[in-house]
Amino acid sequence: MKKYQLGEFEEIVMLTVGILYDEAYGVSIKKEIESRLKRGVSVGALQTALKRLEDKGYLKSREGEATEERAGRPKKYFTITAYGKKAMEYTKSTRDELWSAIPKVALKVEFS
Amino acid sequence: MKTEKPYPPKFATRFFRWYCHPKLRDSIEGDLMELYEERVKEFGKRKADGKFIKDVLLLFRPGIIRPTEGYRHLNTYGMYKSYFKIGWRNLVKNKGYSLINIGGLALGMAVAMVIGLWVFDELSFNKYHQNYSRIAQVMKGGWVDGKHLMGQTSLPYPLIDELKNNYGANFKHIVPASWKSDGVLSIDDKKISKVGMFIGEDAPEMLTFKMIYGTRQGLKDMNSILISESTAEALFGDADPVNQLVKINSEKEATVTGVYEDFPKNAEFYGVQFFRPWEFLINDGTWIKEQGWDNHFLEIYAEIQPHATFESVTANIIDAEVKVIKDLAYMKDELKYNYEILLLPMSDWHLHSDFKEGVLQSGPLQLVWFIGSIGVFVLLLACINFMNLSTARSEKRAKEVGIRKAIGSIRWQLIGQFLSESFLVVALAFIIATTLVVMVLPMFNQLSGKEMNMPWSQPWFWVSSFIFLFITGLLAGSYPALYLSSFKPVSVLKGVFRAGRFASIPRRILVVVQFTVSVMLIICTGVIYNQLVFIKNRPVGYQRDGLLMIPKKSAAFSTKADALEAELKNSGAVTEIAESGGMVTSVWSGNGGFSQNGKDLNQNRGFGTLGVSHDFGKTVGWQFIEGRDFSKEIASDSSGLVINEAAAKFMGLKNPTGQVIHWKNGPWQVDKDFVILGVIKDMVMESPFEPVEPIVYFTMGWKGWLMLRVTPGMPMQEALPKIEKVFNNVIPDIPFDYKFANTEYAAKFSTEDRIGKLAAVFAILAIVISCLGLFGLASFVAEQRTKEIGVRKVLGASVANLWQMLSKEFVILVILSCVIAVPLSYYILYNGIKQYEYKTDISWWIFASAAFGALVITLATVSYQSIKAALANPVNSLRTE
Repeated sequence: MKKYQLGEFEEIVMLTVGILYDEAYGVSIKKEIESRLKRGVSVGALQTALKRLEDKGYLKSREGEATEERAGRPKKYFTITAYGKKAMEYTKSTRDELWSAIPKVALKVEFS
Repeated sequence: MKTEKPYPPKFATRFFRWYCHPKLRDSIEGDLMELYEERVKEFGKRKADGKFIKDVLLLFRPGIIRPTEGYRHLNTYGMYKSYFKIGWRNLVKNKGYSLINIGGLALGMAVAMVIGLWVFDELSFNKYHQNYSRIAQVMKGGWVDGKHLMGQTSLPYPLIDELKNNYGANFKHIVPASWKSDGVLSIDDKKISKVGMFIGEDAPEMLTFKMIYGTRQGLKDMNSILISESTAEALFGDADPVNQLVKINSEKEATVTGVYEDFPKNAEFYGVQFFRPWEFLINDGTWIKEQGWDNHFLEIYAEIQPHATFESVTANIIDAEVKVIKDLAYMKDELKYNYEILLLPMSDWHLHSDFKEGVLQSGPLQLVWFIGSIGVFVLLLACINFMNLSTARSEKRAKEVGIRKAIGSIRWQLIGQFLSESFLVVALAFIIATTLVVMVLPMFNQLSGKEMNMPWSQPWFWVSSFIFLFITGLLAGSYPALYLSSFKPVSVLKGVFRAGRFASIPRRILVVVQFTVSVMLIICTGVIYNQLVFIKNRPVGYQRDGLLMIPKKSAAFSTKADALEAELKNSGAVTEIAESGGMVTSVWSGNGGFSQNGKDLNQNRGFGTLGVSHDFGKTVGWQFIEGRDFSKEIASDSSGLVINEAAAKFMGLKNPTGQVIHWKNGPWQVDKDFVILGVIKDMVMESPFEPVEPIVYFTMGWKGWLMLRVTPGMPMQEALPKIEKVFNNVIPDIPFDYKFANTEYAAKFSTEDRIGKLAAVFAILAIVISCLGLFGLASFVAEQRTKEIGVRKVLGASVANLWQMLSKEFVILVILSCVIAVPLSYYILYNGIKQYEYKTDISWWIFASAAFGALVITLATVSYQSIKAALANPVNSLRTE
């Protein structure tokens, strides 16, 4: 089923947007991911992902205030749409299903 | 701290702004700036710059980069698209109106297009010749009683040499020509009768013949002949006929030296199927060279030098004749006319060459104007339909206009919208009209006697079509566009919009204009028809039915005349046979020189003269008022004259019979007394629209025609084979060729017949278009007043009442237009018909019946809608909305 397409990085971005709730915009998302996952995120990768998610209809955006440190440019805040929420739930449930389908034995890896 | 804020490298910012999608640009740039500022604080400016550049480069990826075509709409294409989309939806939604609108407009356009082609064809006459702008025909003018007369194209023989020798520098080419005449071409036993002429050897070069075989030098040799493509095909099939021998009139042989493309119908020389050298003519008949300035029998065509103008050349040659004849004794009587030699440019040949007794007539040009203006009028009617229907329906679209304005449309945008809608309709109508024209053109060609094609490959056709489309679209769309766009959004949206009492006034005026034009066209057509019928019924003074005219194409007709007469009478198909100098349907020769007791009888104009044999009168059936016919028994009748009524009146003789007249004339070689034997009723030999010319008949002269009276009561299809058999027996080498007097006579009406038919067709189309518009308008009004009709019905109005209520308005309008149309068309017709000498009265019943007809048609058109509305169940109409 290719009902909800959500890549790994996209999922991370979606989740982060969810975490930040009302404060999710480019820089804050980037910082949140960097601080939580300890991995570098380039502006380019993030913006592409955001645009793709918005195009798919998982995220919606609104123009925010323009501040001085942003040289008068407005912030673009993202929130998760109902459709996006469904997609995330779907992804999670498939993961869970897969997890639960793994026989217990397989996970008992002996560290020798 | 520095007051100045640190900035990332300019080139990077600029690069980013250049490639970034405009929707994302601001927010991403904001992010970048925010990060940059933090980094400057954290790492310093240089490192922050480096990271900034890296970010910008990493952002350069699909999804962020803007689409190549440019995301922003640099034009308003989308809006035009929406205009047309809305326009199309409107058309589809109201199929009935669209049909009336587009159909009517297409019909009007088709008429205008056909007429446009016709006018173009008339104006482009003779353009087939490449030297069109420099070719002229030489003509002669003169002064009579202080009046300047011109237009005589038959010229004296010595003039050609005079012009060639003494005025040659003015001309690139100058050629003499004979008139067109019939000739029989034959090879072996194939023989065909064709029209041809003798012409100077430079003619093919001057008139730019399109040679298929041979060259334009083909007339240099005296015994050569140039034939047209169709003639070559008839004689030789597909083979190359150059150097083949052709027998002409079964006497002399000539060598084919070239084949030229047939001239198109809109050329002066259309129908001339062969040309023979002028040299041959003057060597064949040595009498020609002896002719002086007093015998006019040739035509001269010339091409002036490239740098010269017609005016300058005319100025040079104007006195060419006078300079010579002032020293000639036999011409001293004619010096008083002060002859002028003039040029008639080729561009004037078709429309500016109708000379009547030396005065240029405007008839042909007027005809072009007349037909052209009908085209404009019909198109106007169609445009009025469009305007009326659009404005009538404006109330339905008032809300749309209000909303558009409230959203922010400015007025010119709305004008643009309605104009583009009208262009859509016009374009559709144009496509339909073109298809229609393509289908109708063959029929129209037949009706108008033309050879017109759709000029698809001509750039001017497309250019003029687009100009035409543009003007029609603008004309048809302007009123609704300006009117609808002027609505006030507030009042329209509040729903209190009412068109107002005066809103329908322009519409009414347009309906009146429409019907005025239609009724006028009908009246004019009626009067033209009436005039035509009147003239067709004019007594002609002889029996034209069953009269056969046969040209004597070779000497055998004269040498075997007795055998011919005997055999024809034996066959039982012919009762009388006679000879004549010309056909009964035309007067070919005119002469002066008549006097009585020294008193000049000519009054500067001369008489028509016709040499006939003794039996001519019996054969054609002329009727005597007094006196008697020529008689074979009385030898002195060779100096007898029969004159017509007009001649008797013109000479001013009380009792003409028995009076003696002296006739002195050079070309006829007479100088003696004649006795008037009798006076006949006028025979209409020339134009039936004109009064009959004074004509003198006598028994002298060469007679080129045979007149045959077919046995009365015998059907033509029975008599003709018998007559043909006799001719083929007696004169086997000439194909049997004949003309019916009645068809020749009918040909005199061809122009008028055509105008009559064309005018009738256009008048019918005009009234159809007008009614189409009225139909649409009536249905609209009925629809608009549905509720009112419902209420009235509930309150007890009868169907008749409602019908009267709905029809009254239109009937009043049509009556009003009749009132305008009648005096207007009377004025036009009175002036138009005045030019005909023999004319009918403009009868009142034509006006009455045209007005009555218009009224009936209007009522029928409107009634359909109004009765339909009146019959509708009020329950349904009151429930609407």
